[in-house]
Amino acid sequence: MSGTFVGMPAFPKAAHEAVGNQTLRANLRHATHTIRAKRANAVAEVSDWAELREAGKRIKDHTLRHLDRYLVQLEESVTAAGGIVHWAADADEANRIVADLVKETGESEVVKVKSMATQEIGLNEALEAEGIRAYETDLAELIVQLGKDRPSHILVPAIHRNRGEIRDIFTREMSEWGRPAPEGLTDTPAELADAARLHLREKFLRAKVGVSGANFMVAETGTLVVVESEGNGRMCLTLPETLISVVGIEKIVPTWRDLEVFLQTLPRSSTAERMNPYTSTWTGTTDGDGPGTFHLVLLDNGRTDTLADEVGRQALRCIRCSACLNVCPVYERAGGHAYGSVYPGPIGAILSPQLRGTASEIDASLPYASSLCGACYEVCPVAIDIPEVLVHLRERVVQGGPVTREGNKVVLKPAKGHGAERAAMRAARWAFDRPGALRAGQRLASRTRRLHPRTLPGPGKAWSATRDLPAVPAEPFRDWWQRTNGGTTDEGTAK
Amino acid sequence: MSSRERILGRVRRALADVPQDDTPYGEAVARDYLREHGARSTEETVELLAENLADYRAVVHRCGADELPSVLARLLTERKAATVLVPPGLDEAWLAEADAARVADRMESGAHELDRVDSVVTACAVAVAETGTIVLDGGPDQGRRRITLVPDHHICVVRVPEQVVSSVPQALERLDPARPLTWISGPSATSDIELDRVEGVHGPRTLEVILVG
Ligand code: SF4
Repeated sequence: MSGTFVGMPAFPKAAHEAVGNQTLRANLRHATHTIRAKRANAVAEVSDWAELREAGKRIKDHTLRHLDRYLVQLEESVTAAGGIVHWAADADEANRIVADLVKETGESEVVKVKSMATQEIGLNEALEAEGIRAYETDLAELIVQLGKDRPSHILVPAIHRNRGEIRDIFTREMSEWGRPAPEGLTDTPAELADAARLHLREKFLRAKVGVSGANFMVAETGTLVVVESEGNGRMCLTLPETLISVVGIEKIVPTWRDLEVFLQTLPRSSTAERMNPYTSTWTGTTDGDGPGTFHLVLLDNGRTDTLADEVGRQALRCIRCSACLNVCPVYERAGGHAYGSVYPGPIGAILSPQLRGTASEIDASLPYASSLCGACYEVCPVAIDIPEVLVHLRERVVQGGPVTREGNKVVLKPAKGHGAERAAMRAARWAFDRPGALRAGQRLASRTRRLHPRTLPGPGKAWSATRDLPAVPAEPFRDWWQRTNGGTTDEGTAK
Repeated sequence: MSSRERILGRVRRALADVPQDDTPYGEAVARDYLREHGARSTEETVELLAENLADYRAVVHRCGADELPSVLARLLTERKAATVLVPPGLDEAWLAEADAARVADRMESGAHELDRVDSVVTACAVAVAETGTIVLDGGPDQGRRRITLVPDHHICVVRVPEQVVSSVPQALERLDPARPLTWISGPSATSDIELDRVEGVHGPRTLEVILVG
């Protein structure tokens, strides 16, 4: 996976720096607390949440357990509907396929729907190197792109920026990329959104090639689904003549009916809405409506390696709702950039080291970027037991053992020179240096299943034999959460 | 070896632990979640649709079938719409009283042409009460996906109660996945700037829904 942020320090160092950034912390706290409270309401509205969550988990698990069959079925149905399917084993191959497809059209620019998969493979940079300009069209991605910045949240990538910063970025950078920002632009969100509307409309209307990801792919029918709010997705999916979708192989659901589960759980978990403003589905091509040519690039890039790990494979159930980010006390303080990958927060802490392996210092440190409080598991709409995978990956990093890399079984050596353990200790020290984070971690632990024993079970036993696990404090997690409003006494932001 | 074979091979090796007789799809998922949330009369379901549409800042109107032409004419006048885009199969009688010049949804009409149109009027395929969603399926009275996207003002006519369902599961049952579908819940919106909700950015900034029946 080439999505490592180049030169990114390991988590503890990056987090340390982020914690010192007051603007970032204030923006993040406001944002995560607002979404968190709204999500709880949206979830409370449906009385069968537990059943929907269980169904979502089982659909995804079943699909993953038979992924070969569903991939072949998907390929057949997409092809039958007029689409063209490509397979990409890694980031380089996916980028090459997309670049070649764009070149075949004779175009040198593309409009893009926000997509984690294309960020993961570094598509924009790869296209740039081939002389193709990729325009991000999601407002937040536009802010990130114009600011020569990196996304810091799955759903609201510019969550770390406030309105004043955004105004300055627009005023300074828009003219470089196309229509300049209007004279005298103020920092009201409505005016900023309007500036983005005018700037991007010019691009949509002339675009010949669109690039997207997808939230779901239906094996039975060959249908792709994109869930969004702004309408930039619809623009990119319907106005261009050619559409190229790059989608991770884990995004399959078996049948059309399965969407009834995820179209209920995804919006409520992510933007805390009953339904997001726009959902588009398309099956191959339709005469006279939308792109005449449709390419689907199926992306592996570490997913099959993740699939090979019986504990870790559950990370592939993720529907990228970002609920786990918004409840994570570590994410709230450290910010998304500290995770050094396009997948920040708790899901990033288990997904990135699996997709990329734990060879680098940042990846080896990611399984420690958590207080194991369990809040991420509680909110996850597909019930990924993130704490379980974190503990599993920690053992892997420290003890070594069999893993699959690029399809081959290899035996991971115990962390060389205890580098990973050093990273772990630095992560711990980081937490101990920050009373707020430590307090949160300790108190949250009181109610979690996994930290009650003083030693770890199974292969972790040896590791924990010489180390004390944190003592469990008396106050239960829920009480603490209620009393302090999730780690802060500031009541003002939640609504 | 092609990448297709390589990836499929990796998947199969990764799943070596999964037994041949693993639980089949039909039994793997308990569908014990609800088909709809709560019991409502037909009229209450329509009420809920109206409420949830309004909650997401769509402007909702209700009228009888005979009043539809005058309501449409009034909404277009209020909007000062000089041009209105109509899909090929839209009932002509609907716009009989409207002054705005009709623009046909032609194959050749490019995006720039659509951008100059003031308003668009369409029917819908189904509406979901619990979520406040209208779904368009590209049928002759709804037109291509782009016509409800580029103009800034969309008026959608929903026939009640026959086009209204309670829930997302019921909506999916009625829809044909082979057709391109657009699910719309309120106008285009963004919360990307400090999570303040702003209508617009790209899709129509005003969505009006007329519940007819
Ligand atoms: S891990 Fe679960 S909560 Fe986190 S983004 Fe994925 S689906 Fe959402």
